[in-house]
Amino acid sequence: MEMQQFYYDNKIVKKFIYATLIWGIVGFSVGLLLAFMFLFPNVTDGISWLSFGRLRPLHTNAVIFAFVGNAIYAGVYYSLQRLLKARMASNFLSNFNFWGWQAIIVAAAITLPLGYTSSKEYAELEWPIDIMIALVWVAFGVNMIWTILQRRQRHLYVAIWFYLGTFVTVAVLHIFNSLALPVSFLKSYSVYAGVQDALVQWWYGHNAVAFFLTTPFLGLMYYFVPKAANRPVYSYRLSIVHFWSLIFIYIWAGPHHLLYTSLPNWAQNLGVAFSIMLLAPSWGGMINGLLTLRGAWDKVRTDPVLKFMVVAITGYGMATFEGPMLSLKNVNAIAHFSDWIIAHVHVGALAWNGFFTFGMLYWMIPRMFKTTLYSKGLANFHFWIGTLGIILYTLPMYVAGFVQASMWKQFNPDGSLTYGNFLETVNEIIPMYWMRAIGGTMFIIGAIVMLYNVVRTVKQGSGVEDELAEAAALTKISKHRRKGEGYHTWLERKPIKLTIFATIAILIGGVIQIVPTLLVKSNIPTISSVKPYTPLELEGRDLYIREGCVGCHSQMVRPFRSEVERYGEYSKAGEFVYDHPFLWGSKRTGPDLHRIGSKYSDSWHLNHFYDPQSISPGSIMPSYKWLIRSKLDKSNTVTKMEAMVSLGVPYSDEEIANAQALMDAQGKQIEENLYQDPDFAESYEADKKYAKENGQDFVEMKDREVVAIIAYIQRLGTDIKVKDEQKISKK
Amino acid sequence: MSVIYLLLTLSILVAIVFFIAFIYSVKKGQYDDSYTPSVRMLFDDELVKDVKKNK
Repeated sequence: MEMQQFYYDNKIVKKFIYATLIWGIVGFSVGLLLAFMFLFPNVTDGISWLSFGRLRPLHTNAVIFAFVGNAIYAGVYYSLQRLLKARMASNFLSNFNFWGWQAIIVAAAITLPLGYTSSKEYAELEWPIDIMIALVWVAFGVNMIWTILQRRQRHLYVAIWFYLGTFVTVAVLHIFNSLALPVSFLKSYSVYAGVQDALVQWWYGHNAVAFFLTTPFLGLMYYFVPKAANRPVYSYRLSIVHFWSLIFIYIWAGPHHLLYTSLPNWAQNLGVAFSIMLLAPSWGGMINGLLTLRGAWDKVRTDPVLKFMVVAITGYGMATFEGPMLSLKNVNAIAHFSDWIIAHVHVGALAWNGFFTFGMLYWMIPRMFKTTLYSKGLANFHFWIGTLGIILYTLPMYVAGFVQASMWKQFNPDGSLTYGNFLETVNEIIPMYWMRAIGGTMFIIGAIVMLYNVVRTVKQGSGVEDELAEAAALTKISKHRRKGEGYHTWLERKPIKLTIFATIAILIGGVIQIVPTLLVKSNIPTISSVKPYTPLELEGRDLYIREGCVGCHSQMVRPFRSEVERYGEYSKAGEFVYDHPFLWGSKRTGPDLHRIGSKYSDSWHLNHFYDPQSISPGSIMPSYKWLIRSKLDKSNTVTKMEAMVSLGVPYSDEEIANAQALMDAQGKQIEENLYQDPDFAESYEADKKYAKENGQDFVEMKDREVVAIIAYIQRLGTDIKVKDEQKISKK
Repeated sequence: MSVIYLLLTLSILVAIVFFIAFIYSVKKGQYDDSYTPSVRMLFDDELVKDVKKNK
């Protein structure tokens, strides 16, 4: 056996480490700003690109894809080379992976605050960026698999299986959830509508958590925990069972995000069953991680790396216990739409992903720079302030979620809602929002201290960009049988493999062809009174998407007495057939809006957008003054309607041809309605006069954005006219 | 709800891919030894001498 010398690529790992730290602090800070917006709703008053709805997706994307994403790459690029005893196969692909990913993050950081969003959670980025993500992700996968083919260690350590599983599944999920029909460079409509869109989205959304935040980190856990503790994993056999069982169960659990919605019941129950089964592999993995430290607990007392990892694995255990519990329908009925879910995801994000990343970086950096950590004391400080921060963040959010959900469901003896005004339930939990903001601040302080510690460590060390290593070459099996053989000859020699690949190729092709027709057919309304949105409402809906209203308002009245009493008739699947994308939402910071249509007057909405607090004292909704001043861009309306037609929405040619006139007429009607408010008439006329005297352009109210969004809101949930029916039946 | 057929197809496909990978890896003897790999991974960071430079 010939010994070969080669170099590990440390440079690429270093780049990803720096990116992790920087984007981490950015992502946490945006989160903190959002936390303070609950307390001071108008802190960024009047700046559209700093409004809550637009920053929320920036926060989630920055933390998931920028912070955790770069941490995954850093950990994988470090461990994969050492486990395979081979340098990454292609320096070009490594660098393409790095720079491509940073370009995606920058593109996200620009487009999301500007309101370019698909509104699908954790998949908000518009189609050109989605294509970039697919390319970069494939480059990562190709580089990884190529390196595996060049390995000098025949056995694939369990961590590598987790990395491979991550790559394959995320690729499939990302591509199918992001299928959309482009309307313009940065605007597209999901090819799925309503219930179908919801199902695809949460199939993706759940698995984004599963295969982006969990499986890669489990792989990293199986590498870095044994390394840091310097002892083998508790049970290697268990780790293999863990991988295969987790991977087969995870992908079926998505529907638990849609319990009690308009999703068919059998699909909901399927999701529940698999979610509960998930407890076994999840806890198997957690126990395997923790028990790796058996006999090494004395090290945990002194080593900050292990401290971080222990809290991370414990957080993983807590979150994966809570997950199946939240999937139980009776628990979900309380927790869904409340801050409980915010607590749940932050146990996962702050403890599992955050603390594991910190532990991993504290371990890797001194080794890569051939030095020791600059200050163990500062690392310990980071650990304690971070841990306290997590506790101070999550506990109040659990309380807030439980309290608010209980208040939503509270009835008086006479059968009326005890807290009929939604605001009462919001104001009750403001102290919890304060504690959350303080907890978050502590977590960020820890991260900043870490950045300082890392910078000092790097300065005192000497970076080895290409680390020398040595390993025996892998002996080839029957080398000369394969001499001069091309790829396809090899494939042909393996009939079973050829069949499988061919079948997969055919299935994919078939699915792509068949599915759109199926989808269009099934979009034929099941409720005859449900009609497509008018052109103005369609534009209004796009504004609703742009402003990220879905971040705080659901459009899904669940079939509970408390919700029907508060909002109106529960939502039916047939009402959403024209919703590309669906806008059910996942959080009720404000009330549900599915039955908001014609509940309030047009001028109520205008004033509410201008200054929510003047209408609802104590409201934590920010003002949307720019909607009131800006002119609605109607240049794409026809293209949008045509796109909708290709997706199966039955707009007639006449409607499309008359789109501008229809919008004008509906806008005028709303303007007239607004005139009924004398205050409005007075100030509007004054504005008009002022503009005329000063020679400024004046945008008529009917052409402004706010009119479109009012048109949309007034339409919401009115198609099935249950109100009249209810009145009749009550009589 | 026809999209469920897409999701079922995809999920089953992914499962089949993993299943094949599983059978293949078992047959290749990846899991014959369920202890050594866990120890081996601890021993890969020893410094080596550069053959070319030290000659």
